[in-house]
Amino acid sequence: MTTGVLPRHRSLVWAGPAAGIALLLLAFGWHISVGAKTIPLPTVAEALVAYDSSVFDHVVIVDLRLPRAVFAVLVGAALSVAGALMQGVTRNPLAEPGLLGLLIGASFAVVIVVGVFDLASPALMPLVAALGALVAAVAVWGIATAAPGGATPLTLVLAGAAVTAFLGALVTVANLLDEQTFEELRVWLTGSLAGRRIEVMWWALPWLASGLAVALATARQVTALAMGEETAVGLGMNVGRLKALVLFAVIALTASAVAIAGPMGFVGLVVPHAVRLFVGQDYRLVVPWSAIAGAGYLLLVDIAARMALAPVEISTGLVTALLGAPIFVWLVRARL
Amino acid sequence: MSRSATTGSCRLSVEQVSSGYGGTTIVQDVSLDVPGGALTILVGPNGCGKSTLLKTMARVLPTSRGRILLDGRPVHETPTREVARRLALLPQGPVAPEGLRVRELVAQGRYPHQSLMRQWSREDARAVEQAMEAADVAQFADRPVSDLSGGQRQRCWIAMVLAQETDIILLDEPTTFLDLKVQVELLQLLRRIAHEEGRTLVIVLHELNVAAAFADLLVMMKGGRLVAQGPVGTAFTSEALRQVFGLEANVVPDPVSGRPVCVPVVSAGFALAAQ
Repeated sequence: MTTGVLPRHRSLVWAGPAAGIALLLLAFGWHISVGAKTIPLPTVAEALVAYDSSVFDHVVIVDLRLPRAVFAVLVGAALSVAGALMQGVTRNPLAEPGLLGLLIGASFAVVIVVGVFDLASPALMPLVAALGALVAAVAVWGIATAAPGGATPLTLVLAGAAVTAFLGALVTVANLLDEQTFEELRVWLTGSLAGRRIEVMWWALPWLASGLAVALATARQVTALAMGEETAVGLGMNVGRLKALVLFAVIALTASAVAIAGPMGFVGLVVPHAVRLFVGQDYRLVVPWSAIAGAGYLLLVDIAARMALAPVEISTGLVTALLGAPIFVWLVRARL
Repeated sequence: MSRSATTGSCRLSVEQVSSGYGGTTIVQDVSLDVPGGALTILVGPNGCGKSTLLKTMARVLPTSRGRILLDGRPVHETPTREVARRLALLPQGPVAPEGLRVRELVAQGRYPHQSLMRQWSREDARAVEQAMEAADVAQFADRPVSDLSGGQRQRCWIAMVLAQETDIILLDEPTTFLDLKVQVELLQLLRRIAHEEGRTLVIVLHELNVAAAFADLLVMMKGGRLVAQGPVGTAFTSEALRQVFGLEANVVPDPVSGRPVCVPVVSAGFALAAQ
C-alpha cells in the first residue's frame, strides 16, 4: 500500500502491474515456443492472433501447447491466491493448500470417485475435489482446535501433516490395489499439466473465477483479519461471514487447481511470500500480485520440467517442489 | 467526521450486564455510565473481568444478560460497521503482520468509512496523516511496525484507532510490558486526546499509580462485579485497595499534583499483597 496510500508518483502506479503482466505474457509465449520442436516466438504470436489451420506449427501451438500454458496460468494463479489467503486468515506463514492438507484431501476424493467408483465425468471433478478439500480443511482445523492451546500455527501445521500422511497412505493403498485403473491417475497424482483434458478446465473455470472474485473482494478485510480477530471486529467487520467467504474462496481455488492438474505443492507457499517482499502486507496488492506471479512461476516451472531432461519430461508437480524447496529456504533466511 | 464533542454527557452506558466466555459467566450484573470527553479507567486484580467487560462493551463478546447502549441503541443489535464509526477498540497485545508499515497499519482504521467501491479517498488520507501526527508516529510512517520499540509500536496502534475518528475509544491494557516512562507518555497522549479533542476513552489498566494519576473516573472491579467507582479522590483509598486487591497500602497525596499515590506497606509484620 506504499502505492495505495497517497501515491506520490501517479504515473508510476500502473507501471508495476503493466510490467508484471508484460512479463507474464512473455513467459506465456516462451512456454508455448518450448517443446519437442522449438517454435520461434513470432510464429507463436502469429498462431494466436491469426490462426491458420494449414500451417502445422499453428496446429501444434493451438491444439497441444496453448491448453497446457493456460492450465499452468490457471493452476499457478489459483494455488498462489489460495495460499496467500490462508496465510493471512490463519496468521500462519506456513499455511498453504499443500501443508494444511487441502491438496491431499481433494486428491483423495478424486482418487476414490475416479478409481473406485469409476466416475470420470469432467463436470464432477471440481465438485468432488472441493468436497475433499473441505473435509480435509475441517478435519485439520478441528484437530488443531482440539489441541491444547488451540489452532496455533504449530498445531495447524502438525494437524496438516497428520492428515496429509494419513490420506496419502490411503491413496497409495488404493493405488496398489488397482494398478490398472491408477495407471492414468499416477501421473496426475504427482501434479501434472501434461495431457489433461480440456473439458475438465471448462468445468473448473467457474470455480476458479468465483474463488478469485471472492478473494479480490475480501482482500481488504483479510489485511485487517491478519492483525487479529478483535482488531477486525473493532473495525466493524463481520468476522464470521468473512471467514466463511475466505474458506469458500480457498476451497474453490484449490479444487479447481487439483481438478485440472492434481496436487501441486509449494506453489501456494513460495509465491505469496515472494510477492510480499515486493508489495508489502496489504492484501489488496498481495492477492492480485499472487495471481500474476503464481501464473508466471508455474509457467517457468513447467518450462523447466520439459527442458531439464528433454526429451524425457518430469512431472510439473515434482519440479515445483524441487525448485520451490530451495527458494523457500532462501526466503526463510532472507526475510521470514 | 461528525464528532460533536459533547463533553460530560454520557453516550455509552452499561446496563446490568453479565457476560463471559462460552458457558462461564465472568462479568456479573455490572452497570456503568461512561462520562463523555473523559478518561475512564478500569482496574482490578487479574481475572476480575475488567477486560471481559471492555470486550463486551466493544461487542467482541455477547452479553448473557443486560445490554450496552451506545447513543441509546443496544450495541449488539446495531450493524457492526455503524458501531465502528462511533466506537473504536484497541485490543490487548495486538500483533502487526511481519513487514507491515506504520502507514499501512494506521490506514486500516479507515475501514468503517470505506466501501468496496470507494476504497480510498482524500478524507481517508487526511485522517491517517492527522492520526499519525496526533500519536507522534509520523516520522516512522514508512518503517515496518515490527522494527519499532514497544512504546512506539503501541503509539502506532493508537494512531490506527484515532484514524477511525470515533467519539469513543476502548483500550485494553495499552501499557502492558512497557517501561514506566513509556506508560506515562502514552497516558499523557491519551489524556490529551480525551480532554483536548473531547473524545471518550475507556482504558483497562494494570498499574495502579498510573491509573490514579490519570483517571477522571476510576472504576474498580473484583470477582466480575463493580465494587467502586468515582473520581480518583474518593475511589482511590487504602480501604478500597485492601478490599479490591487485598493490598495493604498507604494512600498519600502526590506532593505536586495532589493526586493520590499508593505506597504498599512493606514494613515488618506485613506481607505484600497478602491474600
